[in-house]
Amino acid sequence: MSMETIKTECQAELALVQDAKQLADFWTKYLSKSGEVQKLMGGIKNVPNEEKKAYGQAVNEIKNWVQGLYDEKKIEIEKKAMMARYDEEVVDVTLPVKEVQAGNLHPLTCIKNEIIDVFVGMGFDVFEGPEIEDDDHNFTRLNVLKDHPSRDMQDTFWLTEDLLLRTHTSPGQIRVMDAQKPPIKVLVPGKVFRSDSDATHSPMFSQMEGLVVDKHITLCDLQGMLDQFVKALFSDAAKTRLRPSYFPFTEPSVEVDVSCFKCGGKGCSLCKGTGWIEVLGGGVVNNKVLENCGIDSSKYSGLAFGIGIERIAMLKYGINHMGKLFENDVEFLKQFKA
Amino acid sequence: MKVLYSWLKDYVDIDIEPKELETKLFSAGFEVEGIEYLGENLENVVVGQITAMEHYEGTHLQICHVDCGDKGHDHLILTGADNVFVGAKVPAALVGAKLPCGLEIQPRKMVDMMSYGMLCSGEEMELNKDWYPGADVNGIMILAEDAPLGMEMRDYLELDDYLFDISITANRPDCQSVIGIAKEVAAFLNKPFKAPDYSYEEDGTVNENISIEVLDKETCPRYLGHYIYDVKYMESPLWMKRRLIAVGHNAINAMVDITNYVLVEIGQPMHAFDLDTLEGSSIVVRRANDGETLVTLDEKERVLNHNNLLICDKVKAVGLAGVMGGLNSEIKETTTEVLFESAKFLKDSVRKTSRGLGLRSDAAARFEKGIDEYTVECGMARALNLAQTLGVAKISSSHFDVTGGASTEKRVIKVTVDQVNNVLGIEVPEEDMVRILKALQFEVEAKDGELTLAIPRYRDDIEGYQDIAEEVIREYGYDKVIPTFLDDAKVTNGGLNRYQSKELAVKEYLCSQGYFEIQTIAMTAKTDFDMFLIPEDAEERKVVELLNPITENLSIMRTIMAPSMVKVIENNIKNGNEAMRFFELANIYLPKALPLTEPPVEKKILCLGTCGAEEDFFALKETLENFAAYNDLTFSYKRGNVPYLHPGRTADVYCKGEKIGHFGQLRYEIVDNMNIAGGKKADTKIFIAEIDYSLLADLFKTAIKYTPETGFKGNNRDISVLIDKTVECGTTIDAITACDALIKKVTLFDIFESEKLGADKKSMAFKIQLASPDGDVTDEMTDAVIEKVIAALEEQFGAQMRA
Repeated sequence: MSMETIKTECQAELALVQDAKQLADFWTKYLSKSGEVQKLMGGIKNVPNEEKKAYGQAVNEIKNWVQGLYDEKKIEIEKKAMMARYDEEVVDVTLPVKEVQAGNLHPLTCIKNEIIDVFVGMGFDVFEGPEIEDDDHNFTRLNVLKDHPSRDMQDTFWLTEDLLLRTHTSPGQIRVMDAQKPPIKVLVPGKVFRSDSDATHSPMFSQMEGLVVDKHITLCDLQGMLDQFVKALFSDAAKTRLRPSYFPFTEPSVEVDVSCFKCGGKGCSLCKGTGWIEVLGGGVVNNKVLENCGIDSSKYSGLAFGIGIERIAMLKYGINHMGKLFENDVEFLKQFKA
Repeated sequence: MKVLYSWLKDYVDIDIEPKELETKLFSAGFEVEGIEYLGENLENVVVGQITAMEHYEGTHLQICHVDCGDKGHDHLILTGADNVFVGAKVPAALVGAKLPCGLEIQPRKMVDMMSYGMLCSGEEMELNKDWYPGADVNGIMILAEDAPLGMEMRDYLELDDYLFDISITANRPDCQSVIGIAKEVAAFLNKPFKAPDYSYEEDGTVNENISIEVLDKETCPRYLGHYIYDVKYMESPLWMKRRLIAVGHNAINAMVDITNYVLVEIGQPMHAFDLDTLEGSSIVVRRANDGETLVTLDEKERVLNHNNLLICDKVKAVGLAGVMGGLNSEIKETTTEVLFESAKFLKDSVRKTSRGLGLRSDAAARFEKGIDEYTVECGMARALNLAQTLGVAKISSSHFDVTGGASTEKRVIKVTVDQVNNVLGIEVPEEDMVRILKALQFEVEAKDGELTLAIPRYRDDIEGYQDIAEEVIREYGYDKVIPTFLDDAKVTNGGLNRYQSKELAVKEYLCSQGYFEIQTIAMTAKTDFDMFLIPEDAEERKVVELLNPITENLSIMRTIMAPSMVKVIENNIKNGNEAMRFFELANIYLPKALPLTEPPVEKKILCLGTCGAEEDFFALKETLENFAAYNDLTFSYKRGNVPYLHPGRTADVYCKGEKIGHFGQLRYEIVDNMNIAGGKKADTKIFIAEIDYSLLADLFKTAIKYTPETGFKGNNRDISVLIDKTVECGTTIDAITACDALIKKVTLFDIFESEKLGADKKSMAFKIQLASPDGDVTDEMTDAVIEKVIAALEEQFGAQMRA
């Protein structure tokens, strides 16, 4: 083939190339060792010496030109093949996959963790004491003396004359103060037991005790701390209200109400029209309790509070029966995904 | 504590509405659990008089013309009652009236005549005869002749009153009385408290025969007795009966009513003994002998023991101190002489007796909360005052006061204004403190910031400055507390410790694997052990028992977690749930010795439970394996034996050489006994794992440490062996691994059985990974190791290499 023929024919042929196979044929015909361009190069031996240089240049030009055309076509073909592959591999993205049920934490754990998060941010440690306690830790050293009327407030499950299922997490206060001297900031979460069972009571339930012992701790600090707590747990708009109550281990003792988070305090069914919901009890630690743990009450004072986890869970999630929390029905549990 | 609004008004001038009183009581620490308006739903029922009456021919009805004064002079009302007569004053419910029974009165046709109202019976107004005489007659309630025409029955019957139900905290037994509440109301309203009339006159009569002896002064530190005579067996006046009925007592007779009235008003349980029945006119207070008996007022014979304090005469018991009188000394129609008792019995003793005998009474309920000696004195004085003013008895001069010697002086304490304000965190001015404490009946002397306080004798709860701080802030107002945040406290770090944060991570990991966390009650039933096929002599049956369980089902502390888990699964199946994965991380309780002498070991167990079409033994094993891998641990498994698990599908789980638990399929016998539909039982397979988390918690690594990679090349080789079916995979892997230190990991990648292999054979193919810390593992080295492996498997199991 002459240079001219190559020029015209290879252009025409290349235009017809559709796929990688045809492109390979084209390459074999023109660009391989036995291809037309190489043949032209071989023809140099018949060219007079003085023309050899020009001839060689011309052939090289042709070669580069064909190679250029080829490369261009190759990219085009590859692109086309890739497109075809993509077209072939289209999937229906809406097809279902194998269903895997995701589990989640129990609602009581969720609330417990939320509360811990708030107080850890304020510098609290977490302590977990035993569930089986003795009279001394559960009652006596908390200033609940033998004939104290408040022993009636908490119907106790006894194991022996002395051992019992703890009726509150407050014995944790004693254990912490025995082991550690002020400054103390600690939370004591845990299960507690009372012989009581109805829509709002379960013989086992969970509490979270909070204890702060340091210099100059006052009732104002209790309110300040609990203000922060209810804002974090319920809403920024939540307010607290203290009102007098009685616990042997605190004096003064208070019930702490939070402004109703459903109606904002206007009064609704949740808050029984009062605008306030009782969420926890607390107070200034009774000096006798500090002294019972070898802490000098003339130097240090403390605040303590106890939160009923079930109550918070029921209020926050709108659960109407405490029993649901211990029934553990999947349909119930799966609603508490974080 | 139930208190009538009008009763409170006897002792303090209340100038606020009941609703506002409720708010103020609440702020002072007395939560009002309910206010009941006594005249609720008795509206437009008025006093009427029948002016004319005729029989309605052919019916049982009477046609009455009723004059209701300014409410209309001629109401035409038909009635079926036959006790009405012309001139009778009757309660007339006019058109639009409401009755407590729910009736609303409309004009209505009776036979062929319209009736414009209804004449009422006592029952229709929900009254009994003690509230109004004749309220119990079968027919219309006939009113007294002086009943004012047209007056609302609500007013005529004194039902325009409110009953407060107030919750009293345990530190304020003094407020378990009308006067206790009245004193608080007086304090917050800043009004004087007007004490009840305690006055009476003794007439000089003396009964020389009477003696009172207290043998147990510790349990009965104060005993007052007063002899009264010429006792009349009579009804008490209407006002007293009504008050008693309103707060939940029955009217019985004047003598008994007085004791109940004093209990409610003063808060002192009283007792009246018929002196005639007291052998030797004596009272002896002593403990019961074991086995001694007494028939109490409720006509039941009580068998007593030495914990029970008794009131006796010279020969027999006549009452259970502070709980209930004996039937033998009861006030009767024939009673003429009475010994009044007002005493203090220790709350603990009364509680034990009352609970021990299962005998509840108003007196016991009151004593259990604690009585002070001042109230003992007030109670007696008030009872004598009432007996005298109501003409129930004559008051003699024979009175007795047996005392344990406690002072009758007020206790005095000193507190400083600063001490009080340091508790509160605000600055309450001294003059406010003084005003508040005086209003609460303290005697106060203030000097240089120090308050000397004489405490009212009924305030046993007041001991130091913290108590005074509470009294002050209660009245000063909790709304004056300003939120602060530990201005002077040291900064603390806080946060979860390593164990606590790991526990949370463990739970969250399991959630990500499709497990739901559950929480179950730690108490369970002994029958669980039978249901779970636990042998009679097994350790699991050594349990911590509750002395006072609510039910048998919650009478022991669990020693295994599986029953709680299985019950949850059972319930879920019953509720129609088909697939479930659960975990619980909670304690079991293992006694160190029985009977219990020290607290048992509380061991935290991680329990997993699965059930559903996708679940099987290996799915649960996969969870455990993934869990181990996630925590950079290696678990290994050996065939195990657990009474409640499938004998062929149970494995013990080991980690770092320690047995940490077991898992497997729940036995079919247990599933068969479950309370689920029979059809479901055959298909139900439940899988349980119990892992000792207290052991595991110490096996988690405490810190991450990086070891540089050696850069040496390892080598892999696959082998396939023909081996006896009975040889377990784990045993084979252990044997291979033991062959050479270069072997780092052996993984089964194929297992099959076939006829061609022979009925008692199986084929297992393993990938053996080799590595060395000292250099590359060459093919030659690998060949040598594999030869050892082949030899070992041949020798130990008769295994043959397959091509």
